[in-house]
Amino acid sequence: MDDHRPGIDPEFTALPLRDLADAALAQAKSLGAQHADFRAERTRSQHIGLSDGNPQTLIDADDSGLAVRVIVDGTWGFASAVDLTTDAAALAAREAIEVAKVAATINTEPIELAPEPAYGDVTWVSAYEIDPFTVSAADKVALLAQWSNTLLAHAAVSHVDASLQQVRECKFYSDGVTTATQQRIRLQPALTAVAVSDDGRFDTMRTLAPPVGRGYEFLTPNPLRGGAGWDFEAELAELPELLAAKLGAPSVEPGRYDLVIDPSNLWLVIHESIGHATELDRALGYEAAYAGTSFATLDKLGSLQYGSGIMHVTGDRTAEHGLATIGYDDEGVAGQSWDLITDGILSGYQLDRRMALLKGFGRSNGCSFSDGPGHMPLQRMANVSLEPAAGGPSTEDLIAGVDNGIYILGDKSWSIDMQRYNFQFTGQRFVKIKNGRLAGQLRDVAYQATTTDFWGSMEAVGGPQTYVLGGAFNCGKGQPGQVAPVSHGCPAALMRGVRILNTAEEGAK
Amino acid sequence: MTTASGYSPQETVARALAAARSDDCVVIAEETSSANLRWAGNTLTTNGVSASRQLTVIAIDRHGHGPGQASAGVVSRAGVRPDQIEDVVRQAERAAAEATPAEDADELAGPEQAGSFGGENRDQAGSFGLKNTDQPGWDSPPARTEIGVLRDFAATLGETLRAAQAAGRKLYGFAEHDLTSTFLGTSTGVRQRHDQPTGRVELNAKSADLERSAWTGAATREFTDVDVAGLAAGLAERLDWAKRAISLPAGQYETLLPPTAVADLLTYLYWSAGAKEAAEGRTVFSKPGGGTRVGERLSAQPVTLSSDPRAPGLASAPFVVAHASGSDSSVFDNGLPLSATSWISEGSLAALISSRHSAEVAGLAVTPAIDNLTFATSAAAPPALADMIATTGRALLLTCLWYIREVDSQTLLLTGLTRDGVYLVEDGEVVGAVNNFRFNESPVGMLGRLLEVGATVPTLPREWGDYFNRAAMPPVRVEGFNMSSVSQAS
Repeated sequence: MDDHRPGIDPEFTALPLRDLADAALAQAKSLGAQHADFRAERTRSQHIGLSDGNPQTLIDADDSGLAVRVIVDGTWGFASAVDLTTDAAALAAREAIEVAKVAATINTEPIELAPEPAYGDVTWVSAYEIDPFTVSAADKVALLAQWSNTLLAHAAVSHVDASLQQVRECKFYSDGVTTATQQRIRLQPALTAVAVSDDGRFDTMRTLAPPVGRGYEFLTPNPLRGGAGWDFEAELAELPELLAAKLGAPSVEPGRYDLVIDPSNLWLVIHESIGHATELDRALGYEAAYAGTSFATLDKLGSLQYGSGIMHVTGDRTAEHGLATIGYDDEGVAGQSWDLITDGILSGYQLDRRMALLKGFGRSNGCSFSDGPGHMPLQRMANVSLEPAAGGPSTEDLIAGVDNGIYILGDKSWSIDMQRYNFQFTGQRFVKIKNGRLAGQLRDVAYQATTTDFWGSMEAVGGPQTYVLGGAFNCGKGQPGQVAPVSHGCPAALMRGVRILNTAEEGAK
Repeated sequence: MTTASGYSPQETVARALAAARSDDCVVIAEETSSANLRWAGNTLTTNGVSASRQLTVIAIDRHGHGPGQASAGVVSRAGVRPDQIEDVVRQAERAAAEATPAEDADELAGPEQAGSFGGENRDQAGSFGLKNTDQPGWDSPPARTEIGVLRDFAATLGETLRAAQAAGRKLYGFAEHDLTSTFLGTSTGVRQRHDQPTGRVELNAKSADLERSAWTGAATREFTDVDVAGLAAGLAERLDWAKRAISLPAGQYETLLPPTAVADLLTYLYWSAGAKEAAEGRTVFSKPGGGTRVGERLSAQPVTLSSDPRAPGLASAPFVVAHASGSDSSVFDNGLPLSATSWISEGSLAALISSRHSAEVAGLAVTPAIDNLTFATSAAAPPALADMIATTGRALLLTCLWYIREVDSQTLLLTGLTRDGVYLVEDGEVVGAVNNFRFNESPVGMLGRLLEVGATVPTLPREWGDYFNRAAMPPVRVEGFNMSSVSQAS
């Protein structure tokens, strides 16, 4: 653990974590499990919601429990319990063995795990300054109310929704050779302004502030602390005028346009068309009945032309403030960074220990994650990020290179097919580009493309000065459904000739 | 049943209420158990059993505020031990003391109010809340599921997977059974309890080359009614339909939507039918210039979209359980009885989801959300899907929809994909499988283009089944369903 980082929640470390693990692992081994691992978790979360500056939702949640995963005669078994007692841990181990026996009737592939070094007793804490759970709810509500009222003071704004989600996630993992105690902090602020015109038209605009693996300092940047936060005052100052201009903007003419895409929008395209497509469990079909598969199948590793030659994408669980960043995953694998797409060619996948061994990768790259003690770990997404160009252009430079195009900021609607080919995205703001200059907003814009065509049309990526770490709290996958937080860093980028739809016309067809 | 911690949920509710010092208090104790199996490529992938126990305390502080005003503090914690109950209550009380007055502040329902909204529940109200003949009494132990519920299913599934392997098909899918017992108590004397079983099976069959795919799913309450071999046989027939591949371009097509696809579209419509935001002018159900579209005709067909906590086979909690307030839910409404509600009646918008507060804001009747949805026509002798296929000249027949997301809230335009089988029907017969499409459609606009509405049957929404399991829907024939582009996915 870095010395400057806060410590792990003492209420969590005061739990008899090692006794629980010992009880579960000993019980599992005594009943014949070839492998057993144990997790205990405690997750504090708070959600605050305001409507027009008035508190509407405020809920504090505190979830905890334990989980035991076993392999018995080559079959998985999993069970969890809510009580953090040695009796409950041993009972969960017995239940996991029973589940494995019932499930053996439908298992034909013996489960084996890729080896991972033993790390002993290790601790890891994410990078943050102020634990949001040390700040009173009243102070948070007051801040959100102040921001809401700033927006409501403008004549163009009819309504404001404000929300703040905060999570403190504590995990304890043990498989007998690695025992990891970890804590992550994350928060997601958002304000949405709504404009309603007299003729019944309405539109919205949401802040571009991303969810982050930071603490409360993200909301209250202080130059004395290095200013590690979002400048909400500046963003909120311009939002009403931007919203008014959006509501009064002309509707887009459908067709093909060059797009300059801001990181606040592009992160979501990376998430859907690269992040999920390079999950090996999808490529192998394990998600075929639900989340879907991937066009980027294993036989194309090293040969699939994913995008243009300037495209370099990495997976990592190490980026500071990344939402998927962790010291050790839910199988005891240390966090790593690796290539997924190199010079436009598919060059890697996201793995867990089972798949790493099954498909000859040797070692897992640490993508196993469960969203709580009640769920079995799955291969979940690492931080998947598009690298900027060293010494590359600014966003203004990219815009200057476009004769007839659209500059897109902020994410909104998203959808992609079950093999990650065909996607459609909208955004928060669409600004017309004419002869290299911004020329006012457009309405009713959506862009539609096929993944490899879209990334193949990427002519330029911005420099490091355009790079922003975006992401989501709630990436969904698996059955039973699980959510996972994940970040995606990217620069601004220039795509040529992308299909633009007019959503008003689509709705009228 | 006594929990491992020593207190039953009923005792937990009683202890928390006894410890409360706030003006009013709501306590929700929930016990949930779950068992699941998942398989892919004819073999197991994941499984598990889990149990959780959640205590939610809502403290209501009426001091220091004006007449009729109150603040609320909500704390929810898992795995609470007996010695921690008072701590949770105090946390909630501190949160209430810190909070500003709540917009939705109201008096809590008392036992005597049971049945006061909607009338249908009146004869079932007792001095300690609702009596429901299908439900155990307050004092009965919480219900619980375990892996044994899936034992017979797993054995049959194993045989089905081996048969599929021998026939050159691959089966993928998921089976899950959950049971949640909810105990609600208030300082005003309400004691209500509901046991909710929720189960589902999803089965996806693919040809060996993965080029052809078919899906089916079913909701179930207890797994004794699941015919997995029958489901697999139906999928095998659909894979045979797909042996002839037909390429069609994007465009507007007459389309037959099966019940699961109708469920996904209308569930999203239901979730978008909040009273408060409609009254604020920012949803598809807002009337230009102010007010809502309640009373407006949405479909020429005599169709009704409704929810009923006592709908046979779809039963859900017959009283409000609100862990937090939102646009159209209120912690102050906890315990209010729920009764059958028509959201669309004979083609016209009839009600919007509301709390007491949002109903007042919108000037509408109080109609809180209910956890099931039925869509049906009152036309005589509606046809089954097979009959609708038989009377089709030329149309697309879908299997299900996927990755549905809102594009434009002004019209409730949704986008998404067709999945696991799009078939071309010509002259009353399926003639082959068509490529998948991305659609851009509004369920509200679609109601205005319904050409035919079939017989309503229980169904599982493919997209939203994780969150919304209880639905009964008909197949429908839609004029000009907008397929915006072709998807290469198979």
